[in-house]
Parts: sequence; C-alpha cells; structure tokens
Amino acid sequence: MPLNRSYVGRAFPPTGPYLVGREKIREFAGAIGADDPIYQDPAAARAAGYPDVIAPPTFPVVATMGAGRQLRDDPELGMDYSRVVHGDQRFAYTRPVVAGDELICTLTVEEITERGGHEFITTRAELTTPAGELVVTVWNKLVVRGEQ
Amino acid sequence: MEVGERLPSKTFRVTRADLVRYAGASGDFNPIHWSERTARAVGLPGVIAHGMFTMALAGRAVTDWAGAPDAVIDFGVRFTRPVPVPDHDAGTDVEVSAVVKAVTNDRAELDLTATCQGQKVLAQARAIIRR
Repeated sequence: MPLNRSYVGRAFPPTGPYLVGREKIREFAGAIGADDPIYQDPAAARAAGYPDVIAPPTFPVVATMGAGRQLRDDPELGMDYSRVVHGDQRFAYTRPVVAGDELICTLTVEEITERGGHEFITTRAELTTPAGELVVTVWNKLVVRGEQ
Repeated sequence: MEVGERLPSKTFRVTRADLVRYAGASGDFNPIHWSERTARAVGLPGVIAHGMFTMALAGRAVTDWAGAPDAVIDFGVRFTRPVPVPDHDAGTDVEVSAVVKAVTNDRAELDLTATCQGQKVLAQARAIIRR
C-alpha cells in the first residue's frame, strides 16, 4: 500500500510535553561515550552558563519518539513499518537542550516522493517549550522499501 | 580552521553492549539492534547499530573539533549503509572525518564522513559550529 500523498503539509496533534531529565541526559551521554562534564555535572553546566546539565547534539531524537509512533500507527498514512529504513536526520538548534526543559513536539509531513520503486517520507518536528519557544527543529527522512 | 582543512579523524569502537545501553537510553528497542535472529530474518548480515547511535558518535567528533560541547548549530546526516556489530569484545570501529567547507567570523561549516570497514556509513553529512 503506497503512502497517502494527501498527508503532505499535514501537521499532527502535538505530543508531550516531554520533560527532559537530568538523569536521562546522564544516561544518554554515558551510552554514547560523551564524557564532557557539562553533560553530567550541574555545577560544570552552571559554570558554562546553563541552569543544569545540557544534552549532547542527538539527544532531541528522544523527545520525538512519540511523533514517530504517530506516523507509524496512523492507518490512513499507510506506512509499512517492516519495510522502513532510516534515510536522513538533521537537527537545527536555537540553543542546547537543558535538563528541566519541557518539550512539545509538533510533527508536519513535508514531502512524500517515490524513486526506483521506493518511497521517501520527510517530516519536520518542532520541539517547543510550553511558552512557545522553539528549541530544536528535527527533520527525518524515512525510506519505505519497495517490494522486491 | 581554514577552508579545505582536513580535521584529524576520530575512531570509535562499537560493541553489542553499547547497542544495548543505547537502546535503553534512547528508547529505541527495534530488535534488529539486539536480535541476530530478527536482523537476519529481514535480510541484514546480523545485528546492526542504530543509525542514531552512529550519528551520536559523529556528534562527539563534531563537538571535539569545535572545542566546545554546546557549539553545534546545525547537524545533519544521510545513513548510507548499516553498521554491523559482531558479538565479541573488539566489536567494530566507526571512523569519522571532516573537511572544513566554509568559515565566517563566528561559524564554520564541516563536511563530515563516517566509514566502517572501509565503507561509507554516513554521507552528505554536515555540521555548522559556532567558533
């Protein structure tokens, strides 16, 4: 079943807020081997001008997991998750994510294309605070492999 | 940093234990990252690393080159090949390299590449850092 082209331009209902936790940042930084004290020690983060530990650059993906499920579980979109491969990922930051941030994720489908029997869906997720501050924009392109 | 400058490449070892730890930390429990049976059933050579884990390693390289953990303004990659991770202590190595593409007063743009076993696993990868 091909992806539903009418979804292009559609925004999903916001998910979250995801409360960014100090312990989760520590766990994530440890898992990727990022040992800068700014990811682990609130005092080091404060010395660098932040209220608490900051997250490494790819951490915001964790706050987009709910949006990923929205895409995957939408029966009208027609995504066969068993054929999905991650194509591209990009982050644009207005500032680092900090422990204590509450992030609301609003997902929009930017583009659906087809080439060589495969389909490609590009989404944009905006992570904003409850006050409306845009913190990170996350673009994701998934490849839905064709039958072969 | 100067345009055209090739930054010193960085090599990261990846083991199965890292994938378990990253699955827990990120919430991505896709079994192709921990189950040999599942990975092979979908046509993969074996358990592969999360694409986002490989991107996270490239992110470490970028913050190292930038000289600051909060200097990344923009960071994007294309996943070109999976990273198979064998089930032994040596694991596999991912090498991240960069060429400086552009420099302004306050920013630098880096063209990034990541390879594993001589194959490109990240391409069309770019980071913009604050200088």
